[in-house]
Amino acid sequence: MDYTLLFVQVLNGLQLGLLLFLVASGLTLVFGILDFVNLAHGSIYMIGAFIGASLTLLLGNFLLAVLIAVPLTGVLGYLIERFVARQLYDKDHLDHVLGTFGLILVLDTSAHIIWGPAGITVPLPAWLDGQVALFTGVVFPTFRLLIISVGLAVAAGLFWLVNYTKLGMLIRAGASNRTMVSALGIDIQTLFALVFALGAMLAGLAGMLIAPITTASIGMGGQIIITAFVVIIIGGIGSMKGAFIGAIIIGLIDTLGRSFLDQLFELFMSESAAETAAPAVSAMMIYILMAIILAVKPQGLFPPKVR
Amino acid sequence: MRKLLGTALAATMLTGLAQAAEVKIGFVTTLTTGGAVIGNDIKKGVDLALEHMGGKMGDLDINLIFGDDGFKPETGKQVTDKLVKQDNVDFVAGYIWSHVLMASRKTVIDSGKFMITANAGPGPVGGKLCHKNFFSASWMNDQGPMAMGEVLNQKGVKSLYIIAPNYAAGKGMVAGVKRTFKGEVLGTDMTTWPTQLDFSAELAKAKASGADGLFVFYPGKAGGAFMKQYQQAGLKSSLPLYTAFTIDALSLPKFQAAGFTDVLGSQFTGHWDPNLDNAQNKRFVADFRAQHGAYPSPYAAQAYDSIFMIKGAVEAVGGDLTNQDGMRAAMESANYDSVRGAFSYDSSHIPVQPWYLREVVKDSDGNWTTKIVQTIAQSVENPYAADCKM
Repeated sequence: MDYTLLFVQVLNGLQLGLLLFLVASGLTLVFGILDFVNLAHGSIYMIGAFIGASLTLLLGNFLLAVLIAVPLTGVLGYLIERFVARQLYDKDHLDHVLGTFGLILVLDTSAHIIWGPAGITVPLPAWLDGQVALFTGVVFPTFRLLIISVGLAVAAGLFWLVNYTKLGMLIRAGASNRTMVSALGIDIQTLFALVFALGAMLAGLAGMLIAPITTASIGMGGQIIITAFVVIIIGGIGSMKGAFIGAIIIGLIDTLGRSFLDQLFELFMSESAAETAAPAVSAMMIYILMAIILAVKPQGLFPPKVR
Repeated sequence: MRKLLGTALAATMLTGLAQAAEVKIGFVTTLTTGGAVIGNDIKKGVDLALEHMGGKMGDLDINLIFGDDGFKPETGKQVTDKLVKQDNVDFVAGYIWSHVLMASRKTVIDSGKFMITANAGPGPVGGKLCHKNFFSASWMNDQGPMAMGEVLNQKGVKSLYIIAPNYAAGKGMVAGVKRTFKGEVLGTDMTTWPTQLDFSAELAKAKASGADGLFVFYPGKAGGAFMKQYQQAGLKSSLPLYTAFTIDALSLPKFQAAGFTDVLGSQFTGHWDPNLDNAQNKRFVADFRAQHGAYPSPYAAQAYDSIFMIKGAVEAVGGDLTNQDGMRAAMESANYDSVRGAFSYDSSHIPVQPWYLREVVKDSDGNWTTKIVQTIAQSVENPYAADCKM
C-alpha cells in the first residue's frame, strides 16, 4: 500500500465530503424543520455557481465575488420560500416533489437562457490556483485545501448556531415539534423563511466552491442532489450532526472506492474487467451503504430526538 | 361528399408532389443538457451548410429536421424512431455520442434508409455491425488515439497513465492508444459518464504511478473540468498531458476568458483543423467566424461535411431518391468537397484520411485556436475493418 497516495485520497475524500455537507446541511434543515422536500435545492447550488462565476469574471476577484454571491443566493432562497415553498407546506410530500421538480425545470431553463449551455470556467487568483506541499512527497491543490477549511469552518459555525444561539434553539425545537413552537408564540413563518434562505446560501456557497474545479454548468445540481439526499438519509433527516458525518462517510467511500476498488478487483478478475467493473461498483457503493443503514437503522445514524 | 373527396384526393396528390420535390434529412444531436455545447456548434455547422447550398440539393428543396437526444441513448433512439417512422426522412445523420448511435443504429438500418454519423465512431459500426447504408463522415473512436500512440512513441514516452469515461467511446479511445503505444501502460481509470466531473482521485493515482505521460479523453464540458483540475494539481511538468477530443474550439474561448495559459502549447490529434488549406474549408471557417465570432469546432466541421456528403449523393442521381444504389456509390467515392480535403472510404465505409498533430496557439488577433504542427500519418487503419462482411 502506498501511504502517501492513501493520505492524498483521504484528503480528496474529505474535500468531497465537506462539499456534500454544505449542500446536505441546507437540505436537512429544510427537510427536517420545514418538513418540506426540496428537490430544487440542487438547482440553487447551480444558480449559486453561475452567479459566483459571473461575478468573478465581472469583478476579477473570486473571493469578493463569493462574498457578494452568497447573500444573493440567500435572497433567491427567500424568494423561492415566499412564492413557491410557502404555498406547498400544508400539502402532501408528493406535491412538494412535483412543485420543486417544476422549479428545477424553471431554474435550469432560466440558467440555460441567461448563461447559455456552455457553462463558465471560473478563474482563480494565482495563490489559490497552485499546490502546497503538506510534507515531503504530499502535494495537494491549494484550492481543495480551501474547500476543506471552508467546509470545516461552516460546520463549526453551524454547530455553534444550532447549539448555542436562540435561533438554533428554535431550529432544534422546530425539528422536534413544529406545532408546539408556533403554539408558544414564535413567528414560525419568519423562522421558516430564514432557514430556507440559510439553506440556499449554503448550497450556493457549495456551488461557488466547486465551480473553479468542475466549471459552472447546467445540470450540475441534478447530480449532487441525489447524493445529498443519500447523505441526509444516512445521517438522519433533520440532524446537522448526521449530515456532517454522513457527508464525510459518503465522500470518503466514493473517493476511496474510485481509487482502490480496481486494484481490489484485479485480485480475482482480469485487468480489463476490473477497469470496467470498478467504476460501476464504486458508483453504486454509496447506495449499497444507504440500503444497509436503512435496514439496520431506518431513522438514519443520528435521528433528531422526539420525532 | 364527392366534391369533398375530390378535394382530399387533390390535396393528397399535391402533398405527394411536394414530398417528391424535397430531400428530407433527420439530424440527431444534443440540444439540451451540458452536451448542448457540442450540439449547438453542430447545429451552426449544419445551418451554414444549408445556407451555402442555398437550401437546395440539385433541384430538390432541403427539409432538415433536428432531433434532440438529450445526451441519453434511450431518448436518442426515440427521436430516431420518430424521424424514421413519422417524418419518413431519406437520410438520418448526426450523432455525437457513441452510446446514442449504438442505440439508434438498428432503427435506421432496418428501415433501409441511409445513416451517416457526423461524429460518433464506436468500433462495431466499422466492424461486425457495418452496413452498406451506413457511412461515417468522421472517424473511428480508436483512430485519433492510435495516431496519438505513434506521437508518444516518437516523443520517447516510455510509460503512460490513462483516464477516460466509462462508455463506448471512452473504451474505444483507450483501446486505440493502447494499440499503437509501444511503452508500458501503468494504469487505466474509467470514470462514471457523464456525471463524474471531479477527477481528484484519478489524478492522484496517475501522479503516484510515476508515468511519463497522461492520456485522457473528455469531450464537452468534462474536458474543461479536467483541464482545470490537471492544472490545479500542478502536474504539467511532471506528468505531461496528451488528449483526444478534450480541448477544442468550444473550450478554448472559455479557457482564454479565464486566463488559463497552461493550455497554450498542448497537443492533440485530429483529422481536421481550421487552418487546413483547401477552398471548402476556407469558406467554411471564414463564414462560420463571420457569423458566430468564434472558430468552428471539429464537430461543426464534420456536421457541415455530412450535409455536403448527402448533397453529393443526391446530385449524383439527379435527385432520384429511389436510386439508392446510385447514391451509395456516390458516397463511397467520397466525391464531394470536404473541409478535410480529399479522402476515400475503406471497405467498411470509414474514411481513409490523414491524421495531424494539432497544437493550441494564439492567432494573429490573439484568439486561442489550433494549428497543425505535423502530419502524423496519411492514414490510420480502421482496426475493426477485418470484422466487416458487407
